[in-house]
Amino acid sequence: MAVPAGADGGAAALEVAGLAKRFGHVRALRGVDFTLRGGDALAVFGPNGAGKTTLLRLVAGLLRPDAGRVRIAGDEVGRGDAAHRRRVGLISHHSLLYDGLTAAENLLFYARLYALADPRAAARRALAGVALEARADDPVGTFSRGMVQRLAIARALLHDPDVLLLDEPFSGLDQRAAATLRALLERLRAERRTMVLVTHNLDEGLELATHVAIQVAGRFASFGAREGDLAGYRARYAEATSRDG
Amino acid sequence: MADLLAQAWAIAAKDLLLEFRSRTAFLSALVFTALVLAIFNFARDPTAVATIDLAPSILWITFSFAGVLALNRAFSLEKENRAIDGLLLSPASRTALYLGKTAANLVFVGAVEAIALPLFALFFNVPLLGVLAPLVLVIALATIGFVTVGTLMSSMAVNTRFGEMMLLVLVLPFLVTPVSAAASMSAKIFAGRPFAEWAPWLKLLTAYDITFFVICTLVFEATVEE
Repeated sequence: MAVPAGADGGAAALEVAGLAKRFGHVRALRGVDFTLRGGDALAVFGPNGAGKTTLLRLVAGLLRPDAGRVRIAGDEVGRGDAAHRRRVGLISHHSLLYDGLTAAENLLFYARLYALADPRAAARRALAGVALEARADDPVGTFSRGMVQRLAIARALLHDPDVLLLDEPFSGLDQRAAATLRALLERLRAERRTMVLVTHNLDEGLELATHVAIQVAGRFASFGAREGDLAGYRARYAEATSRDG
Repeated sequence: MADLLAQAWAIAAKDLLLEFRSRTAFLSALVFTALVLAIFNFARDPTAVATIDLAPSILWITFSFAGVLALNRAFSLEKENRAIDGLLLSPASRTALYLGKTAANLVFVGAVEAIALPLFALFFNVPLLGVLAPLVLVIALATIGFVTVGTLMSSMAVNTRFGEMMLLVLVLPFLVTPVSAAASMSAKIFAGRPFAEWAPWLKLLTAYDITFFVICTLVFEATVEE
């Protein structure tokens, strides 16, 4: 299932090999392998409980694998690895923001945690990047879901990560907010950031993807460069889930 | 080192700003303190036990439980929107996280104590002016001791069911030493006993603070990592 690193001459931006994770008796991940280059966007589809979020949390370094490894730009991710954490940004259906702080205060706080050279300028740039300058001084608790998600993206991109991990980023967004987010993610892919997006919704992930994986019961049932249309993937998804279900 | 201190400061400032805006935990701790002092004041029989004998115990019971109330908020505010993931994803070291949380808790508990102490003097008619300096020293050392341990326990309790109750269960055994030492020293200070009589307790409390600060700083990473 693994795509060899540098198979087409390009260096692997993100390499995942034999990744496995167990929670008590539950095997959440059973040996996942994939390799992505800069600018690749992998959409991982799977039903609830397939282990998609576990995969992202392992790549982000929020969980320790029972087996396997994650490499970013050739460097293996170790425990407490601050350099790794600087290379990764995570956008989740949780915003990771403080409702009691303003948009600017949230970003300034994270800019200081990342020890950025000019935290205020970085926060301003990040707010401008998601068109939220006008609401910079408003508490996040007063924002709509779409605005919170845009601010969460600004937070994830604040430190200019090479690898962006997205966990159900369209969850709870209305059509307009989802379109804005899609445009933003297209722009990020054009900037050659490597992205891994996990979702159980085929429609929302496929447009963005250069690679597609279908994950069922902790394994990739299929993985490869995107080919074919939505209908084809629907059929493959249905087949994979019925086989393992 | 500069990065570590800057990150710790950022975390402490953020916690204090959030608490300043909501004041929820601060007001809860203050109301609790006033209530406990009022109950003890009206429940005691001044002809049976002299106020000066009872006062140190009441002071430290009040401070301990108000402190635990305050410690509960340290990590519960990180549960909102899973902000703890944002902290753990950042390159900030876990030591900076612990130091930041501990510093914010110290300011927070210290502020509660600063208001509770005059209330205590008012309810129990204890003259503080002559003993303020040694009493503040004892309060500061005991507060450092239980906040140091309490911050660590708060990080462990937050992800358990009934976390607030669990924090009490986890932290109370560790409070025995600093609170006993502080209560004994306070009694001697209120009674006007010479420094030499309470110096051994002071040494014990200082040793406790240093020992647990080192231990808690070292083991904190294991409590927040998976």
